[in-house]
Amino acid sequence: MRPRIIPTLLIEDGGLVKTQKFSKGKYIGDPINAINLYNEMEVDELIIIDITASKMEKNPDLEMISETCAEAFMPISYAGGVTTIEQYEQIFNLGVEKVSINSSLRKNPTLVKEASKHFGSQSVGAIVDVKKNFYGQYKVYDHCDRKLTNLDLKDYLERVQGLGVGEIIIYSVDRDGMMSGYDMDLISKVSSTVKVPLIICGGANSICNMVEAIKNGADAAAAGSFFVFSHTKTGGVLINYPSQEELTLAFSKLATE
Amino acid sequence: MCDMAGGNTYIVRTPKDLESAERIILPGVGAFDEGMNRLEESGLKDGILSFAKEKRKPILGICLGMQMLGLGSEEGGQAGLGLIQSKCVKFNFNQIGLKVPHMGWDNINRAITHPLLRSVTNLSRYYFVHSYYMKCSFQENVLATCSYGDKFTVAVANQNVSGVQFHPEKSHKYGLALFKDFMRWKL
Repeated sequence: MRPRIIPTLLIEDGGLVKTQKFSKGKYIGDPINAINLYNEMEVDELIIIDITASKMEKNPDLEMISETCAEAFMPISYAGGVTTIEQYEQIFNLGVEKVSINSSLRKNPTLVKEASKHFGSQSVGAIVDVKKNFYGQYKVYDHCDRKLTNLDLKDYLERVQGLGVGEIIIYSVDRDGMMSGYDMDLISKVSSTVKVPLIICGGANSICNMVEAIKNGADAAAAGSFFVFSHTKTGGVLINYPSQEELTLAFSKLATE
Repeated sequence: MCDMAGGNTYIVRTPKDLESAERIILPGVGAFDEGMNRLEESGLKDGILSFAKEKRKPILGICLGMQMLGLGSEEGGQAGLGLIQSKCVKFNFNQIGLKVPHMGWDNINRAITHPLLRSVTNLSRYYFVHSYYMKCSFQENVLATCSYGDKFTVAVANQNVSGVQFHPEKSHKYGLALFKDFMRWKL
């Protein structure tokens, strides 16, 4: 099975945006347009994150999710503002495959446990934002408070897996939007701890870089900027995704190694 | 997507809703017992059984919906619908280090020729996300297999009752083609 290559779409106030190191989002366009394009490009999957929902303590925007899913013929992972089992259920009913939570993992750990029991662990994911502290150690970052926590990454990942999540998205804050390449050191470190499928996000700058991330232990590679900006020097907005042939070729070497 | 495939779909909530149906798609996300309990509570369990056995019109189970067609699952204690002689078991790859769930896109291999899989080619790929898979008692019910660690069953049929482990509704044009085949399937 070829590893999944996944565009990550960040939503702020209903618009598609892109951040750098978790800054305020730069407006990219209408998410529905982007999804229609990704549909035609036959992307493996989409991750949609409402980046302000939890911060502003807003409920998930069901209308936006519903409009998005109605058009999408690919699996969708949603995250943003989910705090109750009812919200999980509402979102699944709209046709979303996977719902992930981030800040709720810390505020209400029983929520994800309950969700995994109800909906099956394969539909329940976690997003973990990671940032290096002053001493260069990886720590869990809290995007709502905009600051590093004291939580040790390894302990935290073990705890989160104990709650029954079926997938973990590791999001590197330092690499977000920089297109400077994934943090391979981070991938190697977390991959020894994460037993469920591991998605890396933050920093992708080429398909080769994604293959490299998989070699280092990720199960899937996600990218925001790389799939919404053109890869030329001027770098304007350009929704893009490699063809199946390109992906098969890029990963064929991996399979024979 | 089913409407695009030439169907005229509606959502069934009560057994009465089944009366005008010509075909049933039984989707499913979630845990086995939870799914069976819901079918039982809503009265749909009996509704689906009589649709399958008396009306004898096509049924397609998807993912958990397929697993519920069988006799039961390691995931829970509830009995399934029993329309296909099978049991669901969990992937166990402790030795070889493959991850569970089996999640992502895969090609499938047809075991026999069947109208439901008419569109399948070597290039067709389908989206999977599951930790349990179906083990059929009778090889003739196995329509297609896929390989993850070992070969396992991904599509089944027993007369008018069929099921697929992958998600056609999330599998781009390949899934759409399968729905078209399901809509055209005549017994």
